[in-house]
Parts: sequence; structure tokens; C-alpha cells
Amino acid sequence: MFAFIVNRLLQALPVMLTVSLLSFAMFAYVGDPVAIMLGQDYTIAQRDALIADLGLDQPFFVQFGKFVWNALQGEFGLSYRLSRPVAQLIVERAPATLELALCAAFLALAVGVPMGVYTGLYRHSWLSRFFLTFSLIGVSLPTFLIGILLILVFSVWLGWLPSFGRGDTVNLGWWSTGLLTWSGLKALILPSITLGLFQLTLIMRLVRAEMMEVLRTDYIKFARARGLTNRAVHFGHALKNTLVPVITITGLQLGAIIAFAIVTETVFQWPGMGLLFIQSVGVADIPVMSAYLLLIALMFVTINLIVDLLYYAVDPRLRIGRGKGAH
Amino acid sequence: MTVPLLEVRNLRVEFPTRRGTLVALDDVSFSIAPGEVLGVVGESGAGKSMTGAAIIGLLEPPGRIAGGQILLNGRRIDNLPYAELRRIRGREIGAIFQDPLTTLNPLYTVGRQLVETMTTHLPLNPAQARAKAIEWLELVGIPAASQRIDSYPHEFSGGMRQRVVIALALCAEPKLIVADEPTTALDVSIQAQVIALLKSLAREKGTSMMLVTHDMGVIAETADRVAVMYAGRIVEIGAVRRVVQHAAHPYSSGLMGSIPPVGRRLDRLQQIDGAMPRLSAIPRGCPYNPRCPQVFDRCRVERPELMPAEGNLAACWLYDGAPQHA
Repeated sequence: MFAFIVNRLLQALPVMLTVSLLSFAMFAYVGDPVAIMLGQDYTIAQRDALIADLGLDQPFFVQFGKFVWNALQGEFGLSYRLSRPVAQLIVERAPATLELALCAAFLALAVGVPMGVYTGLYRHSWLSRFFLTFSLIGVSLPTFLIGILLILVFSVWLGWLPSFGRGDTVNLGWWSTGLLTWSGLKALILPSITLGLFQLTLIMRLVRAEMMEVLRTDYIKFARARGLTNRAVHFGHALKNTLVPVITITGLQLGAIIAFAIVTETVFQWPGMGLLFIQSVGVADIPVMSAYLLLIALMFVTINLIVDLLYYAVDPRLRIGRGKGAH
Repeated sequence: MTVPLLEVRNLRVEFPTRRGTLVALDDVSFSIAPGEVLGVVGESGAGKSMTGAAIIGLLEPPGRIAGGQILLNGRRIDNLPYAELRRIRGREIGAIFQDPLTTLNPLYTVGRQLVETMTTHLPLNPAQARAKAIEWLELVGIPAASQRIDSYPHEFSGGMRQRVVIALALCAEPKLIVADEPTTALDVSIQAQVIALLKSLAREKGTSMMLVTHDMGVIAETADRVAVMYAGRIVEIGAVRRVVQHAAHPYSSGLMGSIPPVGRRLDRLQQIDGAMPRLSAIPRGCPYNPRCPQVFDRCRVERPELMPAEGNLAACWLYDGAPQHA
């Protein structure tokens, strides 16, 4: 197991290096940081001084090496736009995005899996048909439209829930949470639904398809022939066998939720990393953009590792040190 | 005669399809006495497995029992609600399926699957059930059972897995086992072992068995009586010895003729020409008439019922009004 983790970490290394190269390349190819920092009027001397100061006159690999070294220490330089350390900005914004993403993922799983099981078991009931029709909406409506519609109904017409922001937050150390205040929780509802709806319908359809597949297998028939209760057959035997693909997709989708919370955060003016990123793109704030890119890559790598470990927990056939197999 | 353990009366199974209703089983009647082994033979698609599935109430939808009765100990079980039938499955009727590689849930240890079956049906707590599970694994011949109980199915070979399946089918001590081709998927060298095990366990526990197979050798060795099925009907039923040696129905004698004799050279095996009719195109009269070497006019018009023939019962007009053997 330990060897497996080490192996996976070694495989992640080239991925992270490649992404670093890309985010480093942004400095060279997206806009000219010197021009941005100096503004309209400057002398050649000022310009040369700044170039030397920033180390831009050094060879490529020296610059890249420095970049990686700094990144490893969480040092991504100053934001052009806000003139504050990028790492600090991200640490401030990360809790908002992570809370939103986890709420959305939880919602997607907690609602999507039972709906998938139900529609897989009772394929012809009218409720299943309703769920399937509903899931088409989730799959086909774009996120921003769903967000705006939800705001229209629940904030403008009904006035139940806030239309933007995070509400009141409480600081637990450096982590600011909206989960402990009433207004924070209320503010979380609409963005979570908006962000999680697509994943919810995806998970539902996936679980449904897998359930239908598994229910046809001999071991389910045999479990029924042994007289096990429906509950044991459906949830003990069938659902567990659908988990491997569900874990895969959920893991990838969690990464996607975090990375692409941008739209939802923009619609709801949610003070998270996505909003920070989109604002930085507007003014070519390259240190923020490159740090964001690296962070998202790191998250995907981490989530993939966790997904691989979960496979081992779920499926004994994958465990190392397998016994004498059949034949 | 004692009260039969299982009695099937005029069973009819239909599959409604878009192009009309297919009759998969028609007028199937037989009984199994306590402790008796009934072999069921026939070509693929003759309805052998379907009969087994109907008895344990696990017909694949949209298949459904459209007529007739199934009685267990004199009690009708074909019309029970699902929840009551569930209590009978495993507890009173055990089932063994064809392919041991796919009948065990790959994600649970064999011990867990045994324990859950026993705690569902018997008044045992998990610790007692686990002790019983080890006993069962020993009984079906799994070496080092107390260690192997925590192994997953993929850690066993095919033959060993079928032994586990047998333990699972028997562990709630049912009175009847429906074994659907229990050895077909196994290596020939393993088949005999598994059949011998099944036979000895059934005898030891006094369990009746319905043994579905297309292997006449297995039937001859294991069964007390045999039913020959063709196109969803029983065409002959009787004591194994008589059916093997004096098959009455031309189809049964064709089947027997296609078994290679042991110890005698044979240049050509006898074969039955043609193929079994599709369910959508069962011929009028006797369903076997297009392939029957002894066909005559009546066979093409009227359908024969089972009638006494050569000491067995056969559905064949050859025996209508024929003098009876003892």
C-alpha cells in the first residue's frame, strides 16, 4: 500500500512540473509584466532596473528553477492588481470556494445516489420518469442560467434567500466559515444548488445505469435465490458493486466543481478563488492566474490519488498481495 | 405414495412480446418426493432452466406464470406475494446456478455471504452463524476452512467456488434444491467431484433435488427419475433406468442414442436431425413431429398428452391404445 502511494506520488511529479512550466510560461507570453508594472511613463533606466530587479534578464532555466523553488514554499509573488502576496490572497479566498464546492458535492451525492438507485430499481414508475425528465434540465441548462433563474425565484420573487455574497462568516484560525451562522447557511443554499445540479443529475444517471447493469448479474439473482431481503440485495449487494465507477466520476467532478466554480461564483458574487481568478484575468494579473492554475492541478492530482485509494477500499480484487486467482 | 414435496401442475409460462405472446412452458406437470432426485434433460431452450426459475419464483421479466400451480408440501407457492416467497427461497428451496465464477458477489468474503444467508433464515446470531459457516465449508470440502472463510471469491478456483455455492444453497437447510446445470461451467475433471459432493450431501440431509442438465451421464448416475423436455413440454418422465434403457418417446431415444457408449467402438454417433423449433413457431400437433422418424398423420394434427408407455409416461401417439408393459 505504501509502495503504491509512493509510486503514485512519483507519477504526479512530472504532471506538476509540466503544469508549472505552463504557468511559468504565462509570465513570458501573456502580457508584459514590466509594461504593466511601470505604467505609461518611464525611462529606459527605470525599465532596465525593474527587469534586473525581477530577474527577467537571467537565463530561462534559472528563472524557471527559481519559480518552482518559490512555488514549493508557497511563494507566488505579488498580485499586480492588489499589490499583495498571491499566497495570502488565495488563502483568504480558498475557504469560501472549498465550502461551496463541498456543499455542492455533498448535495449531488446525497440526492443523486438515492435518485439513481430508485430510478434503477423502479424503471417504469412515474416518479422515475419524472426524475429522468428533471435530470435532462440539469444536464442541458447552462450553470449561469440556472443560477439566475434561482435568484429570480427565491431572491426576487419570494425573497427567501440572499442573491449574492457569503453572509456572515466566523473565523476559525485562518479558515473563515459560513457554516456556523444562519445568514451564512442561507447564502450557501442557492450557489450550492447551482453548482451541484449538473453533477447531481450526472451521478443520478450514472448510478441508474450501473444499477440496471448490476441487477442483471448472476450474483444478484443468486442473492435473491438465497432469500435475502430486498434491502440487503439492493443496498448491500447491488449498490456496492456500482461504487467503483461512481467514485471515479465523483472524484473527477469534485475537481471540476472546485476548478470551475468560476461561473457560479461570478453569478452570486461569491468571494472565492474563482471570482479572484476571473477578476485577475480581466487585468492580466499573471501571478494570481499562474498560482491558481498550479493549485487546481495539485487538487486534481490529490483527488485522483484519493480516488485510487478508495478503489482499494471498495474492491478486494484490486488489493495488493492477491491470493491464487481462479484457474 | 407419500405426499410429494414439490408438485407442479399444468404449469404454463408466457412471455408477452410485441409480436404476440410466446409460450415458454406449456402444461408441465411433475412431482418430486422427499429425498428424491429428479433429473431434467433436454436441448438448450427446451425450458429446463425456466422450470427451475419458475419454481423459485425468479422468472426474468416479462416472463410470467400464466397458468397451473406449484405446490410445496401441499401449499401453493406460485401465487405468493414477493415478501412471502422470499422467506421460502433459501430456507425451503435452495438454488445452485450454472457458473460459479459469476454467482458469488465479488466484493464480499465467502464467510460474509454464508453468514448473511443463515442469519436471514435461521435463529442464529452472527458468531454462531460464523461457526456454522466454517462447518459448512468443511462439509463441502474446502481445505483450511477456518482460514478460507475470510477469503474473497476471486481467491478460489472454479471448482472450489461451486463448492462454496453449494454450501450457500444448503446452509439454511432447505428441503429442496434446484440445481441448474451445476457442473456445465466446470472442468470435466472437477464435474464428477462436484456431482458426487452434491449427491452425498443431498442424501445425508435428506434433501430432494431437481437437477437440470443436458448431461445424460450425470443424470444416469445421480437421479432417481428423469423428465425429458422438448419445446417447453415434458415429453417423457419415468425411472432413470427405464428411460435410459427403454426410452419410449422417439425424442428420448434419440437423445439416448447420441450418448457415446463406453468400451465399444462406434464409427458414427447417432444424431437427431434438424433443430428444436423456435417458441414463436411451434408446429401444430406434436411439437417433435417435423424431426420424428416415426411420424404419422395424427402427430401433425393432434397434440399427445402424457400416457403410459414402456413403463414410463410419454407424450407420443405411438402408445395410444398400445398394450401396456408391466
